[in-house]
Amino acid sequence: MEQIIYSIQHVTKEFPGVKVLSDVSIDVRKGEILAVVGENGADKSTLMNILSGGYAPTSGKIIYEGQELTSLTPQHAQKLGIAMIHQELSLSNALSVAENIFEGRLPKNRLGFVDKAELMQRSKLLLQEVGLPNLDPRTLVRDINVSQQQMVEIAKALSLEAKFLILDEPTSSLTVNEAEYLHQIMRTLKEKGITMLYISHKLDETMAISDRIVVLRDGQLITTMETAATQIDDMVSSMVGREYSAGYTRAQYKQDYSTAKPILEVKNLNVGKKVKNISFTLYEGELLGITGLVGAGRSEALQAIFGADKRQSGDIYIEGQLCQIHHPSDAIAHGLALVPEGRKLQSLFLRFSVKENITIVSMRQVLSRLKLINRKKEYTLADTYSQRLRVKTPTLDQKIVNLSGGNQQKAVIARWLANHPKILFLDEPTQGIDIGAKNEIYEIIDEMLHNGASVIMVSSEMQENISLCDRILVMYDGEIAGELYHKDATEQNIVTLMAGQKLDLSAHTST
Amino acid sequence: MKSKQLGSLQAFTKRSEFSVLIGLVVLFVAMSFASPYFLKINNIMNVLQQISRYGIISVGMALVMITGGIDLSVGYIVAISACMAAHLTTNVGLPWPAVLLIVLLMGAGIGLVNGLLVTRVHLWPFIVTLATSKVVSGAVLLLTQGMPIHMESPLCWFGSGYIGPVPVSVIMMFLIILLGTVFASCTQTGRNIYAIGNNARAAALSGIRVENTKALVYVICGLLCAFCGIMVAGNLNSADAGLGAGYETDVIAPVVIGGVSMNGGEGSIWGALIGAMIIGILKNAFILLKVSSYWQSVVIGIVILAAVTIDCFRSLRKAKA
Repeated sequence: MEQIIYSIQHVTKEFPGVKVLSDVSIDVRKGEILAVVGENGADKSTLMNILSGGYAPTSGKIIYEGQELTSLTPQHAQKLGIAMIHQELSLSNALSVAENIFEGRLPKNRLGFVDKAELMQRSKLLLQEVGLPNLDPRTLVRDINVSQQQMVEIAKALSLEAKFLILDEPTSSLTVNEAEYLHQIMRTLKEKGITMLYISHKLDETMAISDRIVVLRDGQLITTMETAATQIDDMVSSMVGREYSAGYTRAQYKQDYSTAKPILEVKNLNVGKKVKNISFTLYEGELLGITGLVGAGRSEALQAIFGADKRQSGDIYIEGQLCQIHHPSDAIAHGLALVPEGRKLQSLFLRFSVKENITIVSMRQVLSRLKLINRKKEYTLADTYSQRLRVKTPTLDQKIVNLSGGNQQKAVIARWLANHPKILFLDEPTQGIDIGAKNEIYEIIDEMLHNGASVIMVSSEMQENISLCDRILVMYDGEIAGELYHKDATEQNIVTLMAGQKLDLSAHTST
Repeated sequence: MKSKQLGSLQAFTKRSEFSVLIGLVVLFVAMSFASPYFLKINNIMNVLQQISRYGIISVGMALVMITGGIDLSVGYIVAISACMAAHLTTNVGLPWPAVLLIVLLMGAGIGLVNGLLVTRVHLWPFIVTLATSKVVSGAVLLLTQGMPIHMESPLCWFGSGYIGPVPVSVIMMFLIILLGTVFASCTQTGRNIYAIGNNARAAALSGIRVENTKALVYVICGLLCAFCGIMVAGNLNSADAGLGAGYETDVIAPVVIGGVSMNGGEGSIWGALIGAMIIGILKNAFILLKVSSYWQSVVIGIVILAAVTIDCFRSLRKAKA
């Protein structure tokens, strides 16, 4: 029998109101590369955090090298040789590579000063190990590229004599070649007996690098597979296969596109490296979903169309007219609206009242002839839309920070509806809000469509995409990987496209 | 209707300006008992005239700080405006309307440079305005060669004239505070300024031209400094390079005391007036009560610290709630 280095047994993790992991048991064998896959979700990162001491499990045991760990802290984990390489790198940009590797543990000489010679020598050795023998350890971290930074992170872990490495989506910001290079390094490390836990959304990479694969879904362990005996299809079907019971459905979906009138056409949109030459059309009265993995370029595309981010190229036609949109105010003037993702970061004015948050886009409607704000009109406007969207607040003068997430989101949608948009972009509209509020927001979207608005919704929630959208565009790595009409929008199809695999629909559509 | 009024009164008492207003009233009452001269009309007018210059600039500073910025160049814009006014009047001999126009444009222009450096080059307001203040202070010395310039002009009325018992500068201060309050709380641009200080990204996504609006507040601040410079020169009938020294702290203090958060996004213009009055009365108290003037700085420093500390605790409490 193979030696088990890290074993988690019946681990459950609950946060107030949600169960993120339930009864998960995994045995990690010494010296293997174990991949953890699953849809977007909190379960994987929670699992990683439990393994590296970030969170304590609500119940269950974690056993490392035969020893049960009861109160693991990140510092303790580091001492045990467990290192986590985060998706967002945590290096200090203004310090040198060597200083980053030995951060907090710089070798000192007898006088208590940093022993530069020793630092250089040891850094050089470590850099050699991660395949960067030519990198000067004195180079500042901000002057090396992301893939090199990743290697420096790994070198740092090695300097801590890590035996157990957790890599959280390490290739998400790497090119194909860089990712291949990382895999080579991982294989060398494996030969040295280092165990690795590899989290990735990219299924083909997972197939290429791992020894075994663990599939998580909705916080539960679905299966553990030997990679050699697994096909991608098996993996996809175990990632999917969930039954929906209490899904929201609309009364009818757009099916006949032969007479559909395009309202928004986007042609050859390029945004940095995130969005690569995409073109698509939104039809009048349609709910178009855009999905894909986090980082596939969905939000970036919306923000660029809205004029919030610079685009390298891309023509935008609204009702057949080419529009010059270089700032959100241009977009708003053309009847566009954007409810961005990340309420606190991008939508809320936390020190404003609910009223002020609702009226900010439509101030023009509430100005008197002297161009002063008419308080009564402002109140009426805010009142109308907060009632229409059923925003629950004691008074409209309540600071918005005191409202629940769902009500904050409804207030943000109210803000945009008050300006009567023709085209509405919703970016993760139900992120972080409870089921009740979610359903209310679905009803609101349905109602808007009834009233003639056209909507693009970006969502990571499979259920939302399947049950709400007339049509779904699936993005993969900045490109549109495929298009699915409501009738073909199954989880299986979406996941396949999301993971960058080809999908043949001809068999389905002909019937 | 009645309950609604009561509600707005309650909301008012919760505002940060309210506690400052209480502070002012307490200070006022205490001083009127402590010194028989305090309530004399001459003394009151004297205090108001002294705070008028800070009060006027504090309108601009409050707007800048509500966007989350700061302007350290105010003192030197006052100095160069005063000296330019005197120079153009006395050495060049321009008529007073031309002098007024040129000086105001110059003040606004320096503000625009600050604003553009902050918004287009994306430099920190603190560093930008510190640097421009150095440039301007050198320019004043070049202009005056370090000598005071005499000034006789109808413009001096702004600094030394009276309407009845009230100095013109005091009337100008109240007028500008009133305009500033209306601008900040009753216009769309004013609302946008608060929105930017709250969340600049959300403001941009709401269609607000964040960069132009930010630049505008620096222009307004520069413009008010220029007007203040004319007033100061008019008051003294002369101007020299040292005029505006230390104004930045004298202006930032009342703004902060008046409830403008250092993080931006909240506070009011008239709160700054209250802050200025508190400082004015404190300074007056030292004279009337014959306390060594060395204590002035100490006490005013402590008042500023107290105001900032209260602001800090308040936002911490809000963050927890």
